[in-house]
Order: sequence, then C-alpha cells, then structure tokens
Amino acid sequence: MKRLCFLLAGLLVLAGVTAGPSLAARAGGTLVSMAPYGGDIGTLDPHKTARTQDALVIKNIHRSIYKWNPAANKPTPDLAEKVDVSKDGLVWTLHFRRNVKFHNGRTMTVDDVIWSLNRIMNPKTAASGARYIRVIKGAKAVEEGKADHISGLKKIDDYTLQITLAEPVDLAYSLYDPNVAILPRDVVEKMGDDFGTNPVGNGPYKFVKWVRGSEVVLQKFPDFYLKDRPYTDKLVIKIMGEGAARDIAFRAKELDMTIVGAAQYPQYQKDPVISKHMVEVAEMYTRLMVFNLDYKPFQNKKVRQAINYAIDSDLIIRKLLKGKAFPCKGFLPPAFKPTAKAYTYDPAKAKALMKEAGYEKGFTFECIGTANKSWGVGVVEAIMPYLKKINITVKIQQMEGAAMAARAKAGDFQALIWSLDSGPDPLVALMRWSSSNPRSSGNYANYHNPAYDKLLTEAARQRDPAKKMALLRQADAMLCDDAPVWFFNYNKAIMAYQPWVHGVQPVAVEMMYQDLMDIWIDDSSPRANEK
Amino acid sequence: MLAYALRRLLQFIPTIFVITLIMFLLLNVLPGDATLMAGGLRKEVDAKVMETMRRQFGLDKPLYQRYLLYVKDLVTGDLGVSFLRREKVNRLVGQRVWPTLKLAIMAMAIAVGVGIPLGFFSALRQGSLLDTASMVGAVSGVSIPQFWLGLLLMYFFSVVLRILPTTGYGGGDLKHLLLPAVTLGVGYMALLARTTRAAVVEVLTADYIRTAHAKGLSELRINRKHVLRNTMVLVLTTAGLQFGALMGQTVIVEKLFSWPGIGSLLVDSIFQRDIPVTQGCILVIIVVFLVVNLAVDLLYAAIDPRIEYK
Repeated sequence: MKRLCFLLAGLLVLAGVTAGPSLAARAGGTLVSMAPYGGDIGTLDPHKTARTQDALVIKNIHRSIYKWNPAANKPTPDLAEKVDVSKDGLVWTLHFRRNVKFHNGRTMTVDDVIWSLNRIMNPKTAASGARYIRVIKGAKAVEEGKADHISGLKKIDDYTLQITLAEPVDLAYSLYDPNVAILPRDVVEKMGDDFGTNPVGNGPYKFVKWVRGSEVVLQKFPDFYLKDRPYTDKLVIKIMGEGAARDIAFRAKELDMTIVGAAQYPQYQKDPVISKHMVEVAEMYTRLMVFNLDYKPFQNKKVRQAINYAIDSDLIIRKLLKGKAFPCKGFLPPAFKPTAKAYTYDPAKAKALMKEAGYEKGFTFECIGTANKSWGVGVVEAIMPYLKKINITVKIQQMEGAAMAARAKAGDFQALIWSLDSGPDPLVALMRWSSSNPRSSGNYANYHNPAYDKLLTEAARQRDPAKKMALLRQADAMLCDDAPVWFFNYNKAIMAYQPWVHGVQPVAVEMMYQDLMDIWIDDSSPRANEK
Repeated sequence: MLAYALRRLLQFIPTIFVITLIMFLLLNVLPGDATLMAGGLRKEVDAKVMETMRRQFGLDKPLYQRYLLYVKDLVTGDLGVSFLRREKVNRLVGQRVWPTLKLAIMAMAIAVGVGIPLGFFSALRQGSLLDTASMVGAVSGVSIPQFWLGLLLMYFFSVVLRILPTTGYGGGDLKHLLLPAVTLGVGYMALLARTTRAAVVEVLTADYIRTAHAKGLSELRINRKHVLRNTMVLVLTTAGLQFGALMGQTVIVEKLFSWPGIGSLLVDSIFQRDIPVTQGCILVIIVVFLVVNLAVDLLYAAIDPRIEYK
C-alpha cells in the first residue's frame, strides 16, 4: 500500500514537471511602448481631447466605468463592479468598486462619477465624449446650456449610481471610451488647465513626467484596485510617428513593442525572430472610396456595382499594400462576422453592368484623397487602369488632411478615398449611412435608403443581442449590395514585440488600446530590473 | 553704433506687426479648421461637439474681432491659448524653444568647427587630394536628404555599434544631442566649407597678400593675420544668417529623432489648424531670426574697422 502511494505521488510529480512550462507572470521592470500616430500628445486630460494618440497614453492614467474587453470584443464593467438594467432598458444601476483610489490617495466615490459626467456635458469643456454621454436623460439640456447638471443621474449612496437614459441603448458602449474617464473633482478644480499637463487619475500608472514631443514617463501605482496589476514598475511611452524610426529603435531593442508599418511588414514577416512575435488583427476601420450620390453617374446602382466588380482589390492589397490589409466585404469588419456577399474581381460582369446602366461609353470622375500610403491617392492610381477597361476615366486630386475633411463635409467632391471607423458599436457604425445622418456628420455619400433605415431602427429596438446582430448583418449586406462606396479593405493592425514581452493581445477596436497593465516582461529584457 | 542698434531694435516692432497680420489672414483663410481636425484624421468628432468647440475656440466670431483680440493679448505678451491642447501658448512654446536652440547651436558648432577649417585648408592647397575630397564631400553634404542621413546614422551608431541612443531628448545630454545635431549640421558644414574656400581663394589673389609675401612674412603669419581675418567677415555673416534660417528648418530632424523642439510643434499645429500655436511658433522663430541678424550686423562692424554704422 505504501509503495503504491509512493508510486502515485511520483507519477503526479512527473506529470506536473512535464506538463509544460507555464510561465507565471513576472512583476517588475520597465516597459517601453510607443505612440505611433504622429504628432505630439495634445493633453492628458481625457475630457479635453478627441485624438487616439492622446487616448492611448491617457488610458494608463485614467479609467472609465467600463473598459474594452478584447477577448469578448465588447465593453465590460471596470470601475463598476456590477450593473443592473431595468426591464425596459432605461434605468441602469451601477455598483462601483469600493477600493478605487486616485493617485493622490483619496478613494473614488459616486460624487466623482457624477461630477465627471457633468463636466463632459458642460459646453465650456467642449468634450468630445459628449456624444457618448448624450444618451443620458437630461444631458442634452446641459450641453445646450439650459441646465447645469444632468437630471438622469441619481446618487443612491457613495458607491451606487442610478442612470436613467433618454432611450434604451446599450450604455456600456457609451462608458468605455478613454474620453469619458472618471476624474478626481478636487484635483481638477484646483489645477484648472494645468491638469492636462500634470494629471492625477485612478489608473494602474501614475504620471511622472512628459517631455513634450518626445516621451511620457509613468510609474506603477501601488494602490491600484487590482492587487497584482500593473506588472511593470515603470512605463515609458515614446512619441514616434515615423515608421522607419520605430523600426530602427525596435531593432536596437530600445522599444519593447511597436506598430508595424506597411513598409516594414514584409521584412518583419521574413525575420526568423520577429515573425514569431507579431500579433495581427483586423481593426475596426474600413477603407473605401465614397461615391457622392449627388453626382449623376453614381446615382445608378449598376454603375456603382460595376466599379466594385471591375477592381481587383485582392491584388492591390497583396502588391501595393504588401498584404497589410484584409479584403473587404460590406462595411462591418470581421469582428462582427458579416454575412455580406463580397464583390469578386469580374471585369466581364462589370462591363455588362455598365452596358445595362447605359454607360457603355463610360464617364469621368475626380477622386480626392490624401498622401496616405494605405488609403490615399496611391491606391486611386492603382485602380485607374482597371476602371479604364470599363471606360471610366479617373482624375486624382491630392489634398492635405484638413482641407479634404472640409470638402468631404461640404459634399464638394465626386469621389473621395478615406478610412472610416466601423466599430466598436456595429449599430453606430452602420448608422453613419442612415438617412437621418447628414453628410456633415459622416454620411459622405449622402446615402438614403428607407429599407436600410428600417432595419437599423428595428435593430436599435431589439434587446436580444443575437437577434440584434442578425438584423445588423442584414443591413450590412443590403449596404454592400447597394454599393454607395467601393469597398476596399479593413485595416490590418500589426504589433511586433520583443521576445521578452508577454501578454500582447489582438485588440480589434484599435490595436493601440492594449491594456498595458496586463503586459509583463521576463528576465531576458535589458530593462527587467529597471525601476 | 548704439544709436544704430537701438534703431534696429525699434524697427522690430513694425516688422513683427506686419508679419502677425499676414500670418493671421493666411491661417484663417486655409480650408478646414481645428474642430475638423480635433480627432486627427482617423477619428471624426460628433457634429454637435464641433459646434461647442467652435464657440469655445472663438471661431464663430468675425475675423476682425479675432484679430483685435489677438493683438490686444500680444501687446501684453500673451500669445493666447492653444485650441487643441487647451494650454497657454507662452508655456507651450517656451518649453520647446530651448531644445531647438540647443540643436541649432550644436549643429552650427559642428558646421563651423569642421566646415570652416576644411574650406580654409582646401583653399590653401588647391588642387590637392584634400581639396578635391572635401569639395566632393561638400556637394554630397548639401545634397543628402536629412531623413535618409538621419536614419543611416541611427542605424549605424545605435543598432550596429550600440554606442548612442536612437531617439529621444534624454534631458538634453550630449549622447542624445549628437546624432540629430550631426544630421542637421552636415548640410551647413558643406555650405560653409564651400563658402570659406571661395572666400579664401579670392583673398589669396589680392594685392596685399602679394605685398605681404614680398615683405618676407612667413606663410603662417600671412594666413593667420591677413587671410583669416579678411575671410572671417564673409564667413561669419554667412554662418550667422544660416543660423537664423536654421531655427525654422529643424522639423525633419525633430520628427525623426523625437526631439521636443519647436519645429515639430509648428508643423503639427499647422496640420491641426491650431492657429494660436502656429502663430506663437512663427513669431518666436522670426524674433530669433531678427535678433541673430542684428547681432551679425553688429559683429560685422566690430570685426571690420572699415565698416561704420550711422
């Protein structure tokens, strides 16, 4: 009997040892990340910026009520612990964690939450997050200056908040964005405008210093509400908009992680070490060429479809973009599992459609775009020969970003090539093309389709997530068939990381929205013991 | 001469005034505005928020009103508040001026320290290997694109040799300053080498040099006393004027090396249509340019006794 026990114990030990090396997360060290979206950080006050470049630094210092969960591909509660929703979907009761501390030591309460939401709607703040908080009852009145606080917010106790909505929407999508983070009232009121350069938040890292135009340095916050996070002691975010400079810094091991640009992608794929440490994801950005439906030839659906059939998108993605994109079908990106029927490369069909439409002789149109390599005039140059085959002549006008945006909003174009965000809320993404959304708010094609609108209204009312998604997919398929745009591709975001970095995830909403508190570095990092 | 200097300083005021007016008009005529670019090109800002922003930034006021407000603030030294950064422009620009000055001074030091001696000795040994090699180098230096040179130096010194960091400010220490300064300075070094050489060659053919030879003075004495001093005037003028221009041309190097300077701030603010910041940067650069030019003129008079200002 004793021998049997020993044998059994021995086997168990053996099993444990040979079960494979499961690395336990290691605490400590310095992580060096980068902010790749060009230009300096504007401000570290989450309510006063709308830029992704700022948000990716901000989300380490400040937290919001919800946060994006890349595994579930939707927002889940963060500062809130538990959320109860009433049957009609209008009343949300948020139960907050009791151990959330700000970097100055004070515990966060519902007062800070209410104050932050009011600050966002206050016209003096001119916060971009107002578009999210507007769904709360009484928020619009504050935005228009008619009230000084949101009536739909009711404090139950120090850690419980009741929110009444104007309409039954999914509040989670309004409360996860870094721009609606919860800030400490006392600090912001005391510091005023200086808060943007010396922020105090409730996130895993606290602010140390910001060398303007160069880097932001953050330090681990020991009283963060998740006991074992963040893993690293120090976080340095270098501001590096140039892909070539990031490439060199990455190879010199000065960067722990980097966003890979199209120019570097083929080399990185061939590199024996780097290729094993890359994460790719189809981001929620759809690249397309928008047809201005006020321009006569584009009013004919057959013409629009013909253009979609005439162009070999796959080839352009492979050769021009070096594979750094996913071919597109419809507007919704792969994260939402769209069921639309993609346009194949079928020049014969394109010709036939043009003939049916009465445009056999073709026509000319002008396309405006920026100098961007992935969705700029370079792509239009690539499609010119394809369209020539169906007798369409394309003229190009390259423009600077702000100038093009101005023309887009005014409808002063025939076609334009751009990258538009198609997430994270699929309903919001598709609402862009609804009749109720004017061109100045993003319906650049000026698309009006009552059947499409009807599907979206039904989807908005639908509380069952599966049924809602089915309706949205239907709407997306309808949009694809109607083709108010040439569907080009979804962005492929690629993050490369050093072999000693662990925890990098594919985040579809925006690769740079990695939660850096979940990333740890092992002993082989040159900064493994740097504090 | 003091009267002259004071007069020149007073002339700054109308100059700056005219420049701010032209700048203001040009910037406000550009298509697109800060509210459009608030989210960068990738993210759009909600229409209602754009309206609110427009009112906050004062963009809904008529042009002349905005200009008067701007001048009123300018006279008290207040450069306004940045649209997108919500910070006082004085502080924003103030933080970025010193790194650019440092970069420009170092680049100029390299240009002067290497370029002038190179040009000098090339001229003294015309037709020699040194002469040919340095002039070939000079032409290359002027032609090389800064972006390419910067990346090359970065790769060689940071990745291959590992003796210098790739990017960053690092508190402004020499290690971080070296690569950007060399990248920036190479073009000017080449220019100064050629200018110096041309100036020396011309001086060497002058009559007083022949007289000095005839008097029996040593080569060294001639070079030091006569050639050098006569060429210095021309060369220093060139170098000084280059420095003023240099202040406005650092953007490529700053962007590449993540150097926190005023050039990258200026370019960013133009793309973002952040008008107060753009105006602030341009103003600072122009003031530096004017001051340096004045200093060069005064130095000119100090070195060359033939020149006299009234």
